[in-house]
Amino acid sequence: MIGSIPPGLVLVLGALVAPVLPGRLRNLYLLALPVLGLAGLIGLEHGIYGAFEVFGYQLAVVRVDKLSLLFGYIFHIAALLSVVYALHVTDRVQAVAGMVYVGSAIGAVFAGDLITLFVYWEGTAVASVFLIWARRTERAYSAGMRYLIIQVASGVLLLAGAILHVAETGSLTFDRMGLDGLAGTLIFLAFGIKCAFPLLHNWLQDAYPEATVTGTVFLSAFTTKLAVYALARGFAGTEMLIWIGATMTAFPIFYAVIENDLRRVLAYSLNNQLGFMVVGIGIGTELSLNGTAAHAFSHILYKALLFMSMGAVLLRTGTIKGSDLGGLYKSMPWTTGFCIVGAASISAFPLFSGFISKSLILTAAAEGHYTVTWLVLLFASAGVFHHSGIKIPYFAFFAHDSGIRCKEAPINMLVAMGITAFLCIAIGVWPDPLYALLPYPVDFAPYTTTHVITQLQLLLFSALAFAVLMRTGIYPPELRSVNLDFDWSYRRLLPAAAGFVMAYGRPTRERLIATAERRIERFIARLYRHHGPQGPLARTWQTGSTALWVAFLLGIYLILYYV
Amino acid sequence: MLAAHFPALQVVLPLLMAPVCVLLRGARLAWLAALAVSWVAFAIAGLLLAEVLIGGPLSYAVGGWAPPWGIEIRLDAVNAFVALIVAAIGAIVMLYAPKSVEREIGNDRAYLFYTAYLLCLAGLLGVTITGDAFNLFVFLEISSLSSYILISLGRDRRALYAAYQYLILGTIGATLYLIGVGLLYQATGTLNLADLAQRLPALEDVRGVRVAFAFLTVGLSLKLALFPLHLWLPNAYTYAPSVVTAFLAATATKVAVYALLRFLFTVFGAEFSFTVLPMGPPLAVLAVLAMFTASIVAIFQENVKRMLAYSSIAQIGYMVLGISLVTVEGLTASILHVFNHALMKGALFLAMGCVFYRISSVHIDDFAGLAKRMPWTAAAFVGGGLSLIGVPLTAGFISKWYLVLAALERNMWPVAALIVISSLLAVIYVWRVVEQAYFRPPPADRDVREEAPLSLLIPTWILVAANVYFGVDAGLTTSAAGQAAQTLLGSAP
Repeated sequence: MIGSIPPGLVLVLGALVAPVLPGRLRNLYLLALPVLGLAGLIGLEHGIYGAFEVFGYQLAVVRVDKLSLLFGYIFHIAALLSVVYALHVTDRVQAVAGMVYVGSAIGAVFAGDLITLFVYWEGTAVASVFLIWARRTERAYSAGMRYLIIQVASGVLLLAGAILHVAETGSLTFDRMGLDGLAGTLIFLAFGIKCAFPLLHNWLQDAYPEATVTGTVFLSAFTTKLAVYALARGFAGTEMLIWIGATMTAFPIFYAVIENDLRRVLAYSLNNQLGFMVVGIGIGTELSLNGTAAHAFSHILYKALLFMSMGAVLLRTGTIKGSDLGGLYKSMPWTTGFCIVGAASISAFPLFSGFISKSLILTAAAEGHYTVTWLVLLFASAGVFHHSGIKIPYFAFFAHDSGIRCKEAPINMLVAMGITAFLCIAIGVWPDPLYALLPYPVDFAPYTTTHVITQLQLLLFSALAFAVLMRTGIYPPELRSVNLDFDWSYRRLLPAAAGFVMAYGRPTRERLIATAERRIERFIARLYRHHGPQGPLARTWQTGSTALWVAFLLGIYLILYYV
Repeated sequence: MLAAHFPALQVVLPLLMAPVCVLLRGARLAWLAALAVSWVAFAIAGLLLAEVLIGGPLSYAVGGWAPPWGIEIRLDAVNAFVALIVAAIGAIVMLYAPKSVEREIGNDRAYLFYTAYLLCLAGLLGVTITGDAFNLFVFLEISSLSSYILISLGRDRRALYAAYQYLILGTIGATLYLIGVGLLYQATGTLNLADLAQRLPALEDVRGVRVAFAFLTVGLSLKLALFPLHLWLPNAYTYAPSVVTAFLAATATKVAVYALLRFLFTVFGAEFSFTVLPMGPPLAVLAVLAMFTASIVAIFQENVKRMLAYSSIAQIGYMVLGISLVTVEGLTASILHVFNHALMKGALFLAMGCVFYRISSVHIDDFAGLAKRMPWTAAAFVGGGLSLIGVPLTAGFISKWYLVLAALERNMWPVAALIVISSLLAVIYVWRVVEQAYFRPPPADRDVREEAPLSLLIPTWILVAANVYFGVDAGLTTSAAGQAAQTLLGSAP
C-alpha cells in the first residue's frame, strides 16, 4: 500500500481537497488525514520504496528505518494535536497550508535522496509561510516575507549542495556526508539555517510570534525538528555541532529573560532546546543520538503544549505581553494546569517527559568527557527552568492580578492541550515505549538516585530562590524580572551583559544597519539609473545607434578571428 | 506515397494556404483554414521527428533535383526537434487566436493576420528544415517580412515604430547573413549545407571564409537577439498583439538559435568555430551579460509584457551559454532550453493575452487583485513564472539543471554560480507580478470576477500543463535534445 502513496504525500494530496469542503466537514476531514497517515506508517517494513531513476540518478522517494519512523510518528501525532487545537478555526488558507506543511515535513523525513528532500524542504517553507500570513496584518506579512526569503535560501543552498554532491560522488543518496568538501558545507549551512544555528536563528524569533494562534503551534513542531532530523542523518558525530549546540542552549536564555512577548520567550526557549538536540548529534554516540531523537519527540509535545496554552491566552485576552497579563488562573484554570505541565516538562522535572529525554543527552556528554559542554548544558537547563518553567506560567497566570476576566479556552483547545499534557506525563512516567522506538537499543535508566537528586537539586534551588525573593519583596516587578535566576554570579552578570548590549550594542548595530541600508539604497539607485525604464540599457534606442552596435560587434569578431 | 513528401508539405501547405486566406476574407473562415494547416503541420512535424529519431536523417530533393545542385530538405534530430517546437506552438496559438484577434486586431483585418501568420509559420519551418544556405535566407526573409506585418497589426501606434525598427535591424541581420553566404559561395562554389561542411575544412585559412564566418555569426546573433543586438526585441514584443507576441517569442528567436547552431557546428564544425577561431569566450561573455543586464532591466519594468520581453533576452543568454560550452551536455541544455523556453514564454504571453482581453492593459499597476478577478489567468501566470525561475517539477528546472551540470563538467564553477544567481533575479521580477496579483486588493470599481473566456484559458493552460509535464517526465525531451546535441557534435549519425 505504501508503495502507491508515500507517507506525507497522503496529507499533501489530501489537503488539496480540503478547500472545497464546507467548514465543519473540512475540519473533520483534516482530523482524519493524520490518522490515515499514521495508520499507513504502522507495520511499515524498513527499506526503500518508490525508487526510480531520473537523468540517470537513482532517487529514493521513501526510505524507512527507525530514525525516520520515529520522526514520522511524532510528526503525525503533532499534526493530529494541532488540528484538534485548530478545530474552531474556519480559515481555508490555514487548513490547507497547515496540512501541506505537515505533509511536506513528513515527506522530507522519509526522503531517501537529496532531490526528494529538497522538494519537500521547499514545500515546508512555502506552505508554512501562509500560516504566518494568515494573521493578515501588515507586520505578519513582512515577517512572513523575511521568513520565506530565509527558508527559500536554505532550500537553494541545499540544492546547490546536492548538485555539488552529485558532481563529487555521483550519488544522490541522503546519508552521512560530513563536512569535508564544499558540497557538505553548503548542505550543512542549509540545515543550519532551518535548525536556527546561532547567528542564523533570527528568522525563528522573528516569524513564529507573528503567526496565527494555531499557526504557531504548527510551526513550532515541524520546521526545526525536520532540520534536527536532517542533521542527525547527515552529520552525526560532527564535532563542530557540539559547540554550536552548546552555544544554542546558552545564548537564547539572555534574550528570553528580557523578552516581554511570551510567545517570543517560547521561541527563544525553542532555540535553546534545539541546542540540546544539536549537542546530541555532535557527540554522535548511540546514546547521544538516542537522546536527540527522544528529546525531539518529547520536545515537540511540550513545546506545542506551551504554545497552545499561550495561544489560548492570546485568543481570549488579545494580548501576550507579560506585563499586561497576570492572575489568569482564576479565569482559565484548565489552561493554567496544562501550561504548568508543559513548563514542568520543558524544565525536565522527574516524572515529566523532558526529564527522561534530556538526561540521555546529559549522560552522553558526561560519558564522552565533554566537561565544558556538560556544564553549559547544566547551566542551560537551569536557564530553561527560569524562563520557560517559571516566567511563562507565572506572568501569564499568577503574578499580580491584571484584572482581566475572560472565558476559559474553547473546548477543542482544552482537549488538545489535555491530550498533549497527558502524553507529556505518560512519557515521563513510562519512558520504555518511547525508548523502544529509538534508533539504537537503549540501555539506560533515567530514574536513578543520582539523576533524580541532581535534577531536583537544580530545580528546587531555583524554586527556593524564587520563593525567598517573593517573600522578602526583593523580587522585581515583571519587566525587570530579567534579574532573577538561581545562580548568583549569573544574576550579577546578566544585567551587566544585558545593559552593555543595550547601551553599546544597539547604537553600533543601528549604525551598521543604517550604513548598510544607505549602501544598498545607493546601489539600487545606480542600478535603476542604468537598468530602469529610462536607463540607457532599457530605453528604446535610435535605429541608427543600434545599427552602429551591429557594426561594432562585427568589427570585434573580425579582429578576434584575425588575431 | 504522400508520406514521402511530408518534409516539403510541411512548408508548402502554410505557404499555399496564406493567399487562400486573403481570398476567404471572413475572419472565421480564415481562422479555420489557418487552424487546420497549423495542426496538419504539427502532426507532420511529430511524425517526422519520430521517423528521424528512429531511422536517422532524412533527405528530400525538392522538385526531384538531386542535391547539391537542387534544393535539399534535410532533417536530422536537431531541426526535426526545432520544427516540432515551432509547429506545436503554432497549433496551440491558433486555438487561442480567434477571440484575442477579434479583440486586439479587429475582425475586419483578421484575414491579414492569418495570412501573415501562415507565411511566418511557413518561413520559420522552412528555415528549420532546409538544407540549403541560400534557401535558408529566403525563408528567413519570408518569416521576417511577415513578422513585421504581424507586429505592426498592434493597436498601439508605437507598434508601427517597433515594426519599422525591427524591419531595419532584421534587414541588416539578413543582409549580413547573405553577405556571409555569398562569401562562402565564392570560396566553395556550393550552397548546400552538407556540401559546405565537407569542403570548408580544407579552406580553413582562406580569409574569405573567416570573414564569412564573422558576417554569419553577427547576422544570426542579431536575429536571435543576443545582447547587445537585442534592441529591436523589447518594443516588438511589447506592442505587438498578444497572439503575435506569444507566437514570435516562442518560435522566431528559437529558429535563429537553431540556424546559429547549424552554422557553428554542422557547417563550419566545432573544431573550426571554437578551436581555430575563439568563438567560445565572446559568446559566453555576451551570454552572461545578457542573463544579468536583461534580468535586471526586467526587474524595473512597469509594463509586464515588456518585462517578459527582457526576460526572453536573458533566457536567450542561457541558450547561448550552453552553446559556448561546446560539450554534448551544454548543447543538450541549450536545445532543451529552446524547447522549454518556448513552453514557458508561450504560456506567459498567452496569459498576458488573457489579461489584456479583460483589462485592456498589461501595466503592472493594473494587475492589482488580479487573483480575485481572474483566478485562472493569475494561476497560469504563476505556473509559467515558476517554470521561468526554474523551480523543480517544472520544465525550466530541467534545462537549468542540465546547464549547471554542463558548466560544472567543464569545471566552470563561477559560471554555474552565475546561472543560479541570475535565476534569483527571475524570482524578483516574477514575484513583483505575483505580489500585485495576489496581495493587493483590486481597485474598488473592478472588484468583480471577470475570468477570460475558455477559448483563451484552455490553450494557456495546455502550455502551463506542458511546463509541468515536461518538468516531471523529462525523458522524452532530454533524449531528443541529447540526440540532437550528439548529432551536432558529430558523435552520432
